[in-house]
Amino acid sequence: MTDSKYFTTTKKGEIFELKAELNSDKKEKKKEAVKKVIASMTVGKDVSALFPDVVNCMQTDNLELKKLVYLYLMNYAKSQPDMAIMAVNTFVKDCEDPNPLIRALAVRTMGCIRVDKITEYLCEPLRKCLKDEDPYVRKTAAVCVAKLHDINAQLVEDQGFLDTLKDLISDSNPMVVANAVAALSEIAESHPSSNLLDLNPQSINKLLTALNECTEWGQIFILDCLANYTPKDDREAQSICERVTPRLSHANSAVVLSAVKVLMKFMEMLSKDLDYYGTLLKKLAPPLVTLLSAEPELQYVALRNINLIVQKRPEILKHEMKVFFVKYNDPIYVKLEKLDIMIRLASQANIAQVLAELKEYATEVDVDFVRKAVRAIGRCAIKVEQSAERCVSTLLDLIQTKVNYVVQEAIVVIKDIFRKYPNKYESVIATLCENLDSLDEPEARAAMIWIVGEYAERIDNADELLESFLEGFHDESTQVQLQLLTAIVKLFLKKPTETQELVQQVLSLATQDSDNPDLRDRGYIYWRLLSTDPVAAKEVVLAEKPLISEETDLIEPTLLDELICYIGTLASVYHKPPSAFVEGGRGVVHKSLPPRTASSESTESPETAPAGAPAGEQPDVIPTQGDLLGDLLNLDLGPPVSGPPLVTSSVQMGAVDLLGGGLDSLMGDEPEGIGDPSFGAPPAAAVPVRLGAPISSGLSDLFDLTSGVGTLSGSYVAPKAVWLPAMKAKGLEISGTFTRQVGSISMDLQLTNKALQVMTDFAIQFNRNSFGLAPAAPLQVHAPLSPNQTVEISLPLNTVGSVMKMEPLNNLQVAVKNNIDVFYFSTLYPLHILFVEDGKMDRQMFLATWKDIPNENEAQFQIRDCALNAEAVSTKLQSSNIFTIAKRNVEGQDMLYQSLKLTNGIWVLAELRIQPGNPSFMDLELSLKCRAPEVSQHVYQAYETILKN
Amino acid sequence: MIGGLFIYNHKGEVLISRVYRDDIGRSWAADSAIFTSSGPFLGEEVNANRRNAVDAFRVNVIHARQQVRSPVTNIARTSFFHVKRSNIWLAAVTKQNVNAAMVFEFLYKMCDVMAAYFGKISEENIKNNFVLIYELLDEILDFGYPQNSETGALKTFITQQGIKSQHQTKEEQSQITSQVTGQIGWRREGIKYRRNELFLDVLESVNLLMSPQGQVLSAHVSGRVVMKSYLSGMPECKFGMNDKIVIEKQGKGTADETSKSGKQSIAIDDCTFHQCVRLSKFDSERSISFIPPDGEFELMRYRTTKDIILPFRVIPLVREVGRTKLEVKVVIKSNFKPSLLAQKIEVRIPTPLNTSGVQVICMKGKAKYKASENAIVWKIKRMAGMKESQISAEIELLPTNDKKKWARPPISMNFEVPFAPSGLKVRYLKVFEPKLNYSDHDVIKWVRYIGRSGIYETRC
Repeated sequence: MTDSKYFTTTKKGEIFELKAELNSDKKEKKKEAVKKVIASMTVGKDVSALFPDVVNCMQTDNLELKKLVYLYLMNYAKSQPDMAIMAVNTFVKDCEDPNPLIRALAVRTMGCIRVDKITEYLCEPLRKCLKDEDPYVRKTAAVCVAKLHDINAQLVEDQGFLDTLKDLISDSNPMVVANAVAALSEIAESHPSSNLLDLNPQSINKLLTALNECTEWGQIFILDCLANYTPKDDREAQSICERVTPRLSHANSAVVLSAVKVLMKFMEMLSKDLDYYGTLLKKLAPPLVTLLSAEPELQYVALRNINLIVQKRPEILKHEMKVFFVKYNDPIYVKLEKLDIMIRLASQANIAQVLAELKEYATEVDVDFVRKAVRAIGRCAIKVEQSAERCVSTLLDLIQTKVNYVVQEAIVVIKDIFRKYPNKYESVIATLCENLDSLDEPEARAAMIWIVGEYAERIDNADELLESFLEGFHDESTQVQLQLLTAIVKLFLKKPTETQELVQQVLSLATQDSDNPDLRDRGYIYWRLLSTDPVAAKEVVLAEKPLISEETDLIEPTLLDELICYIGTLASVYHKPPSAFVEGGRGVVHKSLPPRTASSESTESPETAPAGAPAGEQPDVIPTQGDLLGDLLNLDLGPPVSGPPLVTSSVQMGAVDLLGGGLDSLMGDEPEGIGDPSFGAPPAAAVPVRLGAPISSGLSDLFDLTSGVGTLSGSYVAPKAVWLPAMKAKGLEISGTFTRQVGSISMDLQLTNKALQVMTDFAIQFNRNSFGLAPAAPLQVHAPLSPNQTVEISLPLNTVGSVMKMEPLNNLQVAVKNNIDVFYFSTLYPLHILFVEDGKMDRQMFLATWKDIPNENEAQFQIRDCALNAEAVSTKLQSSNIFTIAKRNVEGQDMLYQSLKLTNGIWVLAELRIQPGNPSFMDLELSLKCRAPEVSQHVYQAYETILKN
Repeated sequence: MIGGLFIYNHKGEVLISRVYRDDIGRSWAADSAIFTSSGPFLGEEVNANRRNAVDAFRVNVIHARQQVRSPVTNIARTSFFHVKRSNIWLAAVTKQNVNAAMVFEFLYKMCDVMAAYFGKISEENIKNNFVLIYELLDEILDFGYPQNSETGALKTFITQQGIKSQHQTKEEQSQITSQVTGQIGWRREGIKYRRNELFLDVLESVNLLMSPQGQVLSAHVSGRVVMKSYLSGMPECKFGMNDKIVIEKQGKGTADETSKSGKQSIAIDDCTFHQCVRLSKFDSERSISFIPPDGEFELMRYRTTKDIILPFRVIPLVREVGRTKLEVKVVIKSNFKPSLLAQKIEVRIPTPLNTSGVQVICMKGKAKYKASENAIVWKIKRMAGMKESQISAEIELLPTNDKKKWARPPISMNFEVPFAPSGLKVRYLKVFEPKLNYSDHDVIKWVRYIGRSGIYETRC
């Protein structure tokens, strides 16, 4: 007997009949009826009207019938919450059944019924099941906690289920452990701060042990969880890697990929000199290649991941080019991905083989694939210089095939080859010109026009060719129109006598008959250039072009690092961070690779190490930036972030609105597109260089000058520390320090572009702070910052900004904007930059003030191991505007009385007792008195910093 | 995790739909107007949500005119993973950043499990077994997390004859649950055979891509060791083969053995194992030890690229005679011991689309021009080693204006040979079962080698 007949009942009055059957006394008939109901449900019929009748069938000892009823319940309970309650009793009873399969079934199904009222009844049975003697029930209950959390997170926390779930990680049964890990990982994702998965060496060890014993799926859960752990040093990283590598031989590709993820991530921490590092690299290649013999869908996932791995660590697969050769009957999605990887792996050593393959592919059927293959030939030429000639001749062969799209694609890439190797392959122009008529795609037409314009002097009939394009000027796409305009102007500048008419024609077409502002503007610019100063026009239009770089489609390093942390997942398939395709709060936590550490630094706590924060150089450990930002913006940004490498993007999003407006006003001279933080980078060439107001730029020049001189005699300047790592700012790295010279404070910044795009339109703004520090001039970055370029800027500061007391007192929160986004960071400034030059107090005044300030305002500090005598201390402090007013010698100890004044007029008085501790080092005892005692701590830090450096 | 799982027939009608997570429906409610075709069913919210996800896949993938460009599709922030078995579509749906490799592995596993229960995956079989499939889906996927999906374990408590729960004793029940969740989830205890027997099949597929000039562009063997075990108790097995690394390690002691066996050993590029194999032991000692599942399973997969015996060499000669005629001559040479016989030999010579007629002459076997496949198919039943055979054909072409050149697809070949082209040899398979009363010598063992062509192509 088969079940397919249930699909075929389409009579009228069916529901009524089913109702009767469901209430029948005969067991068999009941079961039949429920099957029919389920079949109707599957094909999308609404059978919710039968709810009470179906639920009535629930109390049965027939497990098959029970399962069917449960299936129905899961589907319809939400639409009939009141009636769903009717089922509760049976569930609760089933949770006590002697048969573990039935207990598990009950708790599993109950979790799937997403009705609030039911969840209350679920708690008690769930609690029992989590401690059930049977592992099958426990592993089911573990998942049920995740289900309940999805419905009512608060309830799960209140009932203490999370703790029970954590305990299950130490369960004796590997499958229970695996499910508990999976459930906790998912819950932890929606609570980034909760530290639920408290990963430490002990729990990691437990997971690694369970890894050897659980099912393939369990291994995936555990490996994915391990990948979130940051080992405390390279030794721990290595020992985890050693225990994970056997997984590379698993038959399940997902286990292999998850293991690869863990290894790729932890490898970051291993030193390249280590023998083990090399061994590990060698071990990674074979399993990756083996993934390519899996089913095509998995091959696709693997190839998308290999694409990332090859960009991150090209050395792993550099000898494996052949396995990426395309097979004739690969599905198209596999073919396209293989092609991408082939180009990435192309090198001088294998270029001959690659080219032979690409030529073969260029004759295939699938148009997209053929186009990509032709484009790949061009990219090989640009990447491997030695092969350029062969590539060009291959492209010429392909042009001879006269296949329309092949020819067009070839012309587009030949244009790029001309750009890369100017004046080398122009002999092919004649062949290209023959195919002019067959070009119908804008990109190819534009490329061809560019070639004609660029080499107008070598093409006899260049004017005729361009004129022929001009006839249908208004039907062309903008791309072609712009290119045609430029090409004719170039032609005119090269052969002015014959082409005057042509150039006038194109200029009038562009300026008078066109509605396109880009085209009109370009037309007017050329027109004015040509009419006012033809020599200048020549210099501008025929200027030498910068060379193009070889790899054009690399993923940005910061994004790449993030994607490496997502190997195996959808993010790695889409090559997008999860926030780009996942809704809501889940998955927006940024992941990043751990930094490389040497074993000598192993004492550093894992929390501070990955942040790249200048912890070592600062007197205080800077609180994590996420927290500071939360304070700064005073917004409800959701739960704070646990570890420094995790910065929620919501912080950035929320912050934009608050400060965006202020930044806009800063950038008043460039109104377009600034209000929107997500606008794309404007084409670098089109943005005029911002010159700024002459006065302020002069000022900053002046400061540049003084900073060079001032460091010799001025107050102490700390070395530059990284304030904003590139990882957090889409490739912009900012490091800096503060200086004070001749009464002026400035912030010395070093901006480095670690992204792949040019950065422009920099601006800076400070949040209100304790001493009203504010930029005295706009941030002047005179030219766009190209990739890998670094620029040093000295930003003059004043203290007339708005004041708000910060915690800590010397905390400064900064927003920096560029064409990509707005970024926030905070830093602590040393207080001595605020010590003013006229801080020397009169002796009498000093005595009076000292007495006047109540004793409870006095603070005492110790400065140990100072290698200076009283004289030197005094001079050194004086250069930082701490003035010695008097000196006494009491019982062989030198006493210095000093004063200093802050920019806001607060006086600080000091008594410094110098005790000779041992022959070469002194211990200093510092007593500070001030009407605002909260500054004392920071003044002391300033003392220490100055004296110790 | 996986939010839902749907099975469709070739028309895009839903055969099975199981939703694990609420989120996969949520955003669809807003877009429901797009899918007016499902109008009659939109009566009720939960159902409407699901139907929309279901319909989105049908509209965008199954009914899409063009070829499938990716096995993963993102429609309105919902990701669809699909695999196709004959004309049945299996689709997994999610809104999260799931482990994509795991989802596909799961879909394949789902196919295996279904096949183990009711054979071929066809519309009819799915409809006939829909209750069973729902039951399986309930068991092997919980809240979107894959659970134990070994058929050996599943069959102990999910059966087609209804559940025997009433008749189970308490011991039986706990035995089931401990097996499903246990370390050795793939084998139940208490298996007994009167005759302990095992079969080992070394199945290799040899892949080749050769240039017209006879240069090997790429060649590799992907092999599988499939084991059928009928052994009592919980036998501990150890499998040995002529792995170069192992042989060299052992050979250190006896120098002459190294030189003798050195030639016979093979370099394995990479191998993967069934989950019963202890991977950490393989990693440290390179020994393959395991407790096998009962019945048939794939013990290992491996890949070799060095010193492959290419059983056949194809030598093509294509000459264009004017614009309307092609002359093709293809020679195949067998390259193995003369005492062995290759079988099921088939050479497929592609012909241009504008072929009007073909004359074929071959010395051995039968050759036919198959217009529907645009190829000449030449079949030879058997061929001994170190032999040579040839086919020549004249192809008449219709004159065309089509500028596009004929792509000249490669000549492909199929065959089966009774040896392993990689050179792999099984050295031993030892069985230990300390609790039961049989020893390694009592087990009857069978080994068989089959080499098949994978993608075996020569460009012309």
